[in-house]
Amino acid sequence: MAELAAPSGKSSLREWLTTSEPRSRAQARLGNAYRSWVAFSRNPLAMFGLFIVLVLIIVAIFADQLATHSPTVGGDLRTERLQPPSAAHWLGTDNQARDIYSRLVHGSRLTLMVVMLVTVIAMPVGLLIGTVSGYMGGWIDAVLMRITDIFLAFPRLILALAFVAALGPGIVNAIIAIAITSWPPYARIARAETLTIRNSDFVVAVRLQGASPFRIITRHIMPLCVPSVIIRVTLDMAGIILTAAGLGFLGLGAQPPTPEWGAMIASGRQFIIDYWWVATMPGIAIFVVSLGFNLLGDGLRDVLDPKAEK
Amino acid sequence: MMIDIRDLSIVFGTGRLRVEAVKNFSLEVEEGEAFGLVGESGSGKSTVLRAICGLAPVARGSIAIAGAPVKTPRDQKFYATVQMVFQDPYGSLHPRQTVDRILSEPLSIHGLRDQDRRIVAALEEVGLGPGYRFRYPHQLSGGQRQRVAIARALILNPKVVLLDEPTSALDASVQAEILNLLERLRAERGLTYVLVSHDLAVVTHLCRRLLVMRNGEMIELTDAETLRRGEPQSPYTRELIQATRGFRRGTAPAST
Repeated sequence: MAELAAPSGKSSLREWLTTSEPRSRAQARLGNAYRSWVAFSRNPLAMFGLFIVLVLIIVAIFADQLATHSPTVGGDLRTERLQPPSAAHWLGTDNQARDIYSRLVHGSRLTLMVVMLVTVIAMPVGLLIGTVSGYMGGWIDAVLMRITDIFLAFPRLILALAFVAALGPGIVNAIIAIAITSWPPYARIARAETLTIRNSDFVVAVRLQGASPFRIITRHIMPLCVPSVIIRVTLDMAGIILTAAGLGFLGLGAQPPTPEWGAMIASGRQFIIDYWWVATMPGIAIFVVSLGFNLLGDGLRDVLDPKAEK
Repeated sequence: MMIDIRDLSIVFGTGRLRVEAVKNFSLEVEEGEAFGLVGESGSGKSTVLRAICGLAPVARGSIAIAGAPVKTPRDQKFYATVQMVFQDPYGSLHPRQTVDRILSEPLSIHGLRDQDRRIVAALEEVGLGPGYRFRYPHQLSGGQRQRVAIARALILNPKVVLLDEPTSALDASVQAEILNLLERLRAERGLTYVLVSHDLAVVTHLCRRLLVMRNGEMIELTDAETLRRGEPQSPYTRELIQATRGFRRGTAPAST
């Protein structure tokens, strides 16, 4: 870390990062990351998306401190049911006399968990299947892509419904179901990307150095596919949140009294004419978070796309 | 005999799409020799190089390197003996890897230690200072990229280097630098070159013996001295010489 401490002041740190003659691997990597960040931060909409996602993460971490009431235990059912937004209940209360604001704050944890787990499961699976399929070709490609086709041919929510029905309702099963149904597009993207680079000279050059197919796929092809898959995942986040909410709405996702946003909309549906805030508030939360991920994904596409010139 | 190719035929496709890219090709290259393959686009000269590396489908014939027939698929020993430099220095370096990463990859594949020293030495040898080590390809010029590609080919200490139009993507002054570098490396290390080019000037600069190809067939085996005197036997080679000298006002034969 001696090299990191060497430059003093902000401008010399920038010089150190943007130098065309980095002196170590770490400096070259940091310099590249800095250039990407500068390009990203020039896009105000992308920064707005990043801001929303960061707020979601902070809210999820500090949910206990930010919530004013218990998310699951309601107040007096005679006097505090279905109250409109007020100083005591910022976003009103629902039919169980629970504070909607506190439920939304705690629900952000579930939303974030769904998004993260689906990403962690679906992205590596899609990436691996796509790159192997694209690089190996032949019958391996045919088999893997037909499996992908079969998964793609089902409507996502219906397939997730079938899985949840088989595995039993619950948030974890919902996550598994969504993950199983969301990898095929990533496999397709990774395969398309692999096909464009598998015969390029730099891949042939590594082959002529004696690299194994596994090494070529993981060390030379995957790094070039990751950006487009990451972009697609961030753009899909909105869809994932909506599918989780949809499963919750149908009663197959999170079970009461878990404060899941989709389930909250479902329970507010019966009073939507007279007590609009019960269903509207979680709806706004889903909308804002989905929008945030979409804007972030759009901004990442501009920065990470290997074909975009820096 | 470093490279011995006998009756090589390379066929792409089957049935109506069948194309015989190289027909009954034979070639002998001595150790330490620079041999040139010349021909227009589509004459099959690059395909021969790819066949040596196991990248093109060999229909008939045999290929031997240093007296031993090559194995299919090629083994690690082959890759440590034969390396290749590609035509396009913009396409032959991984766009997301630093020069350091590009050069350390062959070392890790072959389990060679002492990577730091070898990488710095390899860069030194192609005339690039250690300041270039952690740069990305997009921070280098075409000539510098080609030097990195040459360093990558040489870092495994191969005996044979296959050069696939190594200078055709570069401008004239850089071309000369790269050719001089290749010539110096061959003299210092006793390397065997097979140089593929459509440019007779490039080939005669580096190679003593050369082979003219057309439509996958061998036209003429000749040497640089004969070409310089302008006395090749086949009319096609004379045409090539004419083409290399470029168009001259008034000297083109009248078509009427």
